[in-house]
Amino acid sequence: MSWKQNLFKDFSKLGPLIGLIIMVIFLGFMSDAFFTLDNIFNLLRQISVNALIAFGMTFVILTAGIDLSVGSLLALGSALTAGLLTSGIDPMLAVLLGLLIGFGLGAINGLIITKGKVAPFIATLATMTIFRGATLVYTDGMPITGLSDSFAFEMIGGGYVFGVPFPVILMLVVFLILFFVLKKTVFGRQVYAVGGNEEVSVLSGIKADRVKIWVYSLTGMLSVLAGMILTSRLNSAQPTAGEMFELDAIAAVVIGGTSLMGGRGRITGTLIGALIIGVIDNGLNLMNVSSFYQQIVKGGVILLAVLLDRKSNK
Amino acid sequence: MADTPFAEMQGISKSFSGNQVLKNVNFSIDKGEVHALVGENGAGKSTLIKILTGIHKRDDGAVRINGKEVHFSHPKEAEQQGIMVIHQELNIIPHLTVTENMFLGKNIAYGKTGMLNTKEMRKQCKANLKRLGVSTIDPDDIAGELSVGKQQMIEIARALSTNAELIVMDEPTAALTDREIESLFEVVESLRKQDVAVIYISHRMEEIFRICDRITVLRDGEYIGTENVSDVDFDAIVRMMVGRELGGRFPERDYSGGDVIFEVKNLARKGLFDDISFSVKEGEILGVAGLMGAGRSEIMETIFGYTAKQHGRIHLNGEELTIKHPSDAIKAGIGFITEDRKSKGLLTEFSIGDNISLTNMKSISNKGVISVNKEHRLIAELMDRLTVKATGADQEAKALSGGNQQKVVIAKWLGIEPKLLILDEPTRGVDVGAKKEIYNIMNELTKSGVGIIMVSSELPEVLGISDRIMVIHEGKIANIFHHDEANQEKIMTAAAGGE
Repeated sequence: MSWKQNLFKDFSKLGPLIGLIIMVIFLGFMSDAFFTLDNIFNLLRQISVNALIAFGMTFVILTAGIDLSVGSLLALGSALTAGLLTSGIDPMLAVLLGLLIGFGLGAINGLIITKGKVAPFIATLATMTIFRGATLVYTDGMPITGLSDSFAFEMIGGGYVFGVPFPVILMLVVFLILFFVLKKTVFGRQVYAVGGNEEVSVLSGIKADRVKIWVYSLTGMLSVLAGMILTSRLNSAQPTAGEMFELDAIAAVVIGGTSLMGGRGRITGTLIGALIIGVIDNGLNLMNVSSFYQQIVKGGVILLAVLLDRKSNK
Repeated sequence: MADTPFAEMQGISKSFSGNQVLKNVNFSIDKGEVHALVGENGAGKSTLIKILTGIHKRDDGAVRINGKEVHFSHPKEAEQQGIMVIHQELNIIPHLTVTENMFLGKNIAYGKTGMLNTKEMRKQCKANLKRLGVSTIDPDDIAGELSVGKQQMIEIARALSTNAELIVMDEPTAALTDREIESLFEVVESLRKQDVAVIYISHRMEEIFRICDRITVLRDGEYIGTENVSDVDFDAIVRMMVGRELGGRFPERDYSGGDVIFEVKNLARKGLFDDISFSVKEGEILGVAGLMGAGRSEIMETIFGYTAKQHGRIHLNGEELTIKHPSDAIKAGIGFITEDRKSKGLLTEFSIGDNISLTNMKSISNKGVISVNKEHRLIAELMDRLTVKATGADQEAKALSGGNQQKVVIAKWLGIEPKLLILDEPTRGVDVGAKKEIYNIMNELTKSGVGIIMVSSELPEVLGISDRIMVIHEGKIANIFHHDEANQEKIMTAAAGGE
């Protein structure tokens, strides 16, 4: 590879980051409120929910899969966690059980896809509907309120550590762990390999089914974790929580340069993708742009990211 | 032969971003001639063809068709002059019928109505096939359900239907069975009689010597020469291709027999194979011959745990193995180099290093965390041991030549230090020089005690390097020959089910 190609390759990797920096500088000029610490933390807290789901989605998409059920799974997991909290058990135990429920619901996705040999799109489209229905059944269509006054649970969505919102810290810690997993562990390599070519992976001794079940379970758990941030902030679990969240999560992954074909992509990109979506929302709000226009801008950015990505891969 | 050649290329040069891939190359082909174009991977064969067919533009030199200079800027223009290419990857749409495939993009309609005149198309389709002497294909067959050989016939017939005068065949026999190869040769003969010129690109020397009139050799983008096939022999052509003496085609085997290390008893899978029992000794190469579809690859995939067996036992070093997944086989020390490199052997979009690491996660990691040092050391060591030619460990596998890709696949399996290595068609799509290197690696491995099973459709290869030869016929072992008693005829007879 010549140095020119190398440089270009590096730039295409940096593409989303450069885009983000340009947007941030632009918004800094356009609005005085943008570069205040309050606004930055506010922005980061807003994206933490989407980022956590999108981190899981990155793993799923790296295996050439997709998970449409994350939003419904978030709602079901949150409702069940809220149910546990109102039942009066120890809040920390409720949180742990909630995460386990998320893991289990994700594992159901994984099992349908691997053992049932159903295409991920179809399988999670079905569970998306089923999980939402189950949430409505469980909550009777009403929000679950009256959660415990546990300080620990309030902390998840509303707390601060050294002035930094807790959800932001949660997001960064999860990011670092998953970054390490993808880069440095055998499991991470297997995720890439399965997405690159499942047949080759299996013939190389990788238990592809197991890898996939883990990946969907991880995504389920992260979705419920994201749901807890929402539940904690609102001090209630909404049956309609997480609607359309799958789209923002997929958008963050795609803007971050991960290929929907699987096998290629980075979780750093997903973090940047989530930031870009957050900055668009936040910045356009500050500039008093109507939310109708915001959607057009967001769609345009997704399209632009994919088009640039395709060009750099030629 | 005619005085003016049908197509003539003179002094062709071409470079891509400063990299000269063709230097002053000459090539000419007469009407009704079958002309082989040979050279190692990267010698410039495909670039030359792409210039002839208007995909690339030449930097220098002249292309003449029927004596008139042409400047194609698009493949369509070459097609209009009667030049067609049958690619290795066929342009067949599997869900459509033979007729629909043949008239793809040039349907016959009733006037300008857009209503398809299916009756006329079927009639012409049949006529086109008949012209090739092919009677076994029905115009209404679904193309995807036909064998690769028949699909190829459809493409050739399609080329003829557009009045092709020159057909380029790129590795046409790579995926064909022996019987299909015979029918292809008959088709080539009938093309010759119809004065159609054929450029035949192949790694298989036996075929070239059988059906070609002349042979042009390229090496590293340079024109080495054109010879009449009747004037040269195999060794002379190989010397022209690689530029040096290769020595014998196969390494000297000095296998004197050892203990049995691997044993299969009564292996069976319904409808595919039955009652397969054989053994491999320490340091032995067991060749596996048979017609395509006899079940050879399926047996190997089952031994390796990729597909489930119905019953049967597998022993390695006296211990019975329970293999339910390839990972079990790998743990026991079995490596499997699959037949189809691109779809089953390599992550083509991944780097050489990633591919080598794939099977060796255990040895380069500690509690699931990969050690970068250990990984780099292993990759460097294996690339060096197999003399993989690449810009570095981070080069993408798909950018490598066939021979180097195969070396990467072998490298990833040598890392597990296998006791038994199964190679399915190890030299397919690999050029002469790299072939010899692969034989040498196999030879070296057996010296250190590794047992090898080699499935191959190339009889000279099976005869050249195996210590024993197992012949499979319709899912059963037809015979197992000792190297000394085997010959081409005996193997073919056994493979075809004869006594």
